[in-house]
Amino acid sequence: MESIFRKLSSLSATLILILLSAIFVVLFLYAKPAIKEYGLHFLIDPRWDVTVEVNTPKNTDKIQKDKSVTASSNDTIPTDSEDIAVPTDSEDIAIPQDDEDIAIPQDDDDIAVPQDNDDIAAAGDVQAETNVKTVYGGLIPIVGTVLSTILAMLFAVPIAMGIAIFLSEIAPPFIAKPVGIAIELLAAIPSIIYGMWGLFYFGPLVADVFGGSSVSLLVAGMVLAVMIIPFMASLTRDSMNTTPNVLKESAYAMGATKFEVIKDVIFPYAKQGIIGSMILALGRALGETMAVAFVIGGVFSFPHKLTDPTVSIPVVLANSFAESSGMSLNALFYLALILFVISFAVISFAKFYFLREKK
Amino acid sequence: MKKLILGAVIAVSSFAYTINGTGASFPYPVYKQWIKSYYEATGNKVNYTATGSGTGIKEVAYRHVAFGGSDKPLTPATLKKAKLYQFPTVVGGIVFGYNIPGVENLKLSEAAIKGIVLGTIKYWDNPLIVKYNPNEKLPHKKIIFVHRSDRSGTTFNFTYYLSKMSKTWRHKFGARKLINWPTDADGRGIAGKGNFGVSAAIKTNDYSIGYVDYADAKKNGLKMATIQAADGKFVAPTPENFAEGAKYAGFDPKKDFYKIIAYPKKGYPIIASTFILVPQEKIDTDKKVTAFFDYAYGKGDEAASKLGYIPLPASVKDQIRKYWADKGISPK
Amino acid sequence: MRLVINKIVLLLSTLSAVVGLGFLFWILITLTIKGIGAIDLHIFTNDLVNNGLRNLLVGQFILALIAVIIGVPIGMIAGIYLQEYSFGSKYAEFIRNLSDVMMSAPSIVIGTFVYAIVVNPIGHQNGWAGAIALAIMMIPIVVRTTDDMLGLVPKELREAGVAIGAPKYKVIFDIIIKAAKVGIMTGILLAFARIVGETAPLLFTSGNSEYFTLNLNDTFPSLTVAIYNLATMPDVELVRIAWAGAFILTLFVLIINLLGRYIIKDKK
Repeated sequence: MESIFRKLSSLSATLILILLSAIFVVLFLYAKPAIKEYGLHFLIDPRWDVTVEVNTPKNTDKIQKDKSVTASSNDTIPTDSEDIAVPTDSEDIAIPQDDEDIAIPQDDDDIAVPQDNDDIAAAGDVQAETNVKTVYGGLIPIVGTVLSTILAMLFAVPIAMGIAIFLSEIAPPFIAKPVGIAIELLAAIPSIIYGMWGLFYFGPLVADVFGGSSVSLLVAGMVLAVMIIPFMASLTRDSMNTTPNVLKESAYAMGATKFEVIKDVIFPYAKQGIIGSMILALGRALGETMAVAFVIGGVFSFPHKLTDPTVSIPVVLANSFAESSGMSLNALFYLALILFVISFAVISFAKFYFLREKK
Repeated sequence: MKKLILGAVIAVSSFAYTINGTGASFPYPVYKQWIKSYYEATGNKVNYTATGSGTGIKEVAYRHVAFGGSDKPLTPATLKKAKLYQFPTVVGGIVFGYNIPGVENLKLSEAAIKGIVLGTIKYWDNPLIVKYNPNEKLPHKKIIFVHRSDRSGTTFNFTYYLSKMSKTWRHKFGARKLINWPTDADGRGIAGKGNFGVSAAIKTNDYSIGYVDYADAKKNGLKMATIQAADGKFVAPTPENFAEGAKYAGFDPKKDFYKIIAYPKKGYPIIASTFILVPQEKIDTDKKVTAFFDYAYGKGDEAASKLGYIPLPASVKDQIRKYWADKGISPK
Repeated sequence: MRLVINKIVLLLSTLSAVVGLGFLFWILITLTIKGIGAIDLHIFTNDLVNNGLRNLLVGQFILALIAVIIGVPIGMIAGIYLQEYSFGSKYAEFIRNLSDVMMSAPSIVIGTFVYAIVVNPIGHQNGWAGAIALAIMMIPIVVRTTDDMLGLVPKELREAGVAIGAPKYKVIFDIIIKAAKVGIMTGILLAFARIVGETAPLLFTSGNSEYFTLNLNDTFPSLTVAIYNLATMPDVELVRIAWAGAFILTLFVLIINLLGRYIIKDKK
C-alpha cells in the first residue's frame, strides 16, 4: 500500500510536469514563426501591427508558411496543411478598388493599400505591387504587464497582510469567521464582472480622484489588487494560524507587544505559506486577462503617467486572439511565451530571495 | 403557448437536430432571437457562441462547426480554397456617438470626419465643424477620439468607409481590423473593448466622439451625429436611412456575396453586413443551416428591427435563396 | 514607543480589513442591484434559449464538478509528493517552479492548449474539453497550497508518527493532512472560486449551448461563457440575465465555501 501510494504521488507530480511541458511546447510551436521572423528584437520593439516599407522584396520562399495555416507543420498542432486552407486576413480583402464598385464615382488611382497583412507569405501573392511587411514588437505589452503587476502587488500586499493580521490576531472568532468568508468571496466574482464594475464604477471614481483617464494603468493595477487580495489574505491567515501557541505565549511572556509577536514570531514561522500566497497572487496578477482588458485602456502606447491607458500581454491576447490568424497569431503566442519566461524569472527570484534560510 | 405545444409535438414526432455555429459577436443578439423563435416553431436547436469573426472563419474552415459568422466577407478565391459557401444575414449601422455637453444635434461633413480621424482637426470649434453647426455652441476643447482596443469587424467596416471616402486615409491606413490611430499619438485617444467598451468610454468622457454600432449606441443612449452621405446630403443615423443605404449594397451571388457595403451611393454611408460561412461538402448540415436562416429571413425581420439591426432587402433575400438552390443546399 | 507602533499597526490592519470589505460590498451591492431585479422563477425554469439560466447553472455545476474531481486529487497528491516524499530534491523544486509559472498562464493560453489537444482531435467543441481546461487551471493552486500547508506542519508530528511505526502514507493521511486540513481546504476553495469565474478556458473548448443538455460530447452550456456573451450586448434583456447569472454564481460559490468549511470542521 505504501509503495502504491508513493508511486501514485510520484505519478501525479510527473503528470504535472508533462502537462506544463506540453503547454510550453504548444506555445513554442505556435510562436516559432514569429520568433524566427522577429527574433529577440521583438522584446524591445514598440511597434505592434505596423506596416513598413521594405527595400528588398520580401523573400517569401524563406518563410515556411504552408497555405496560410497558422502553426508550423511538423507537430501535433492541428495543421492538416494539405487539406485545410484557413483563410487569413491578408488573403481576403482588397482595398476598395473603385472599379469593383458599381455606383461610386470613379476614382483614378488604384494603388493597393496596406491591408490586414497577417500572413507574410500570402502578402507576396496579394500585394505584388508594394513591398510592405507588418512588424510586431512586444515592448509595450511587456512593460504594461510588469508595471500593472508591480502596482497590483504594491496595493495588495499591505492590505492583504493587514486583513490577515486582523483575521488571525485581532478579531474575535465570531467576527473573523464571516469576514474571512466574505474576503474569500472576492475570489469568486467572475473576472468579467470585475471588468465591468471597474469600467463603470471604479474607473470613473479613480479618474475623479487622481485625474486622467477612466481606463488606465492605475485603474488596472487597483482592480488587479482587489482581485488578488483574497488569495493572499486567506492563505496568509491560515499560515499564521499554524503558529504553535506555545511560541506566541512565550513571546508575550517576555513582554512583546502584539505587533512584535507578529513580526518576530508568527511571520517568520509562517513564512513559507505567506510567500507562497504571494506567489499565487503574483501569478494571478501576471495572467489576468478579462478584467484588465476592460480597464487598462487598450491603447498601444507607453503610459507617460500612471493615469494613461496602455496594454499588457494578457490584454493583447484577449483583444486580438479571436480575430487573429497567420503571423499576428504567432506574434501573440510569442508574447504568451515571453509572459511565461517573465513569470518564471520573477517567481524564481522571489522564492530564492525570500526563502533563502529554509529550515 | 400553442406554438410551444406544436413545437414540442413536432420535436417529438420528427427528428429534432442540433447545429452549432460560432463567430462574430456583432449579430449575436439577433441570432439569439431567431434561434429562440426557430426552436419554438420547429423544435430544432441552433447554438451560436460569440467568439469573434476570426474564430468563426477558423472553426468553420476546420469543420468544427456547422456554420461560422464573420463581419468581414471572404473573397471568392479564398472561399474556393477553403471550400466554403457564403451569404449575408443582416445589416447594421455604424454611428458616430458623441458626448459634448450642450450639443444635441451634431452634423459632420465628410471634410470634418476626415479631419477628426486623421487628427488634423483637434478642437471642437474648428471652422470645418462649426460650418454645418451654426446653432450649436461648440467649445474650444480637444476632441477625444474613442476607438476599439480589440481587433474588430466594426473597425474594419468603419475604416473601409473611411478608405472610400478619403484618399488620404486609404493611402495611409486602409481598411483594417486594428489601427494605430493618429489621435492616440496626439494624446487624444481612448480605446474601449468591444462596442460596449467604446460606448462606455464615450459616455464617461466629455468632448469625446467615437464609432460604435447603432444597436449599442441606442441601448446606451448615446447622441449620434448626422453625417454627410456619398451624394452630399446629410443623413441621420436611423434605421430607415440604413435600409436606404442597404438598397445600394450591390451584393452579387456570382461573387458569393463578397461585398463590403460601406459608402453606398445614397442613404446613410456607414453600414455593414455580416455573413455566414458553411462548408461546401456537408450538404445535409448545410440544408439545416439554410433552413434556419430561411426561417429567419421570413419571420425574423421584426425581431431584428427591434434590436436595432436592418433586415436585408427582399431582393437580396431572393438572391440568397437562389444561391442556395444553385449550390444544392436549399432547405428541404 | 513600542506600544504606539503596536497600536498603529493594529489600527492599520483593522483598516485594511475594512477597506477590503468595503470593496467587496461595493461589488456585491452592484451585483445584487443589477442582478436581483432579474431573478424570478422564470430564469430558473427556462434555458438560455428562452432567456433563462437553468441549463447554464446545471452545466456550470457539472463542469466545475468534473474539474474538481480531476484537478483536486492530482493537485493534492502532487503537493504531498513535493512536500513529503521528495523534499529538497532538485526535481521537486523544478516542478514547484513550473507549477507556479503555470499559475500565471493567461486563461486564454490554457484554453488554446486544451483546444489543440482535445477539441481538435475530437473535431468539435465539447464539454469534456471545458472541464479539462478548468481542471488544469485549478491544479497549480491546489499544488502550491497543499505543498505549503503541509510544510507548515511541525516536524514533531511527523516524527511522532514514524516513531510508532506507522507507514509513511498513513502518517500523511491520518496525521499531517489532518493538521493542515484547514489550509488545504482554503486552497481548494480558492481554486474552485477561481475557475468558476473563468470564461476564456471554456469559450474555445466547450462553447455555448442554449439548451438543456447533459451530453458532454457536444457544445456544453456554462454560465460564464453566457455572461461573457450577454453582458456586453446592446439588448437590455440579455444584460439583465447576465447580471442575474453573475449574482447567482457568486452566491453559489459562497454556499460551496460554507459547505467546505463545515465539512472539515472539527466535530467534537
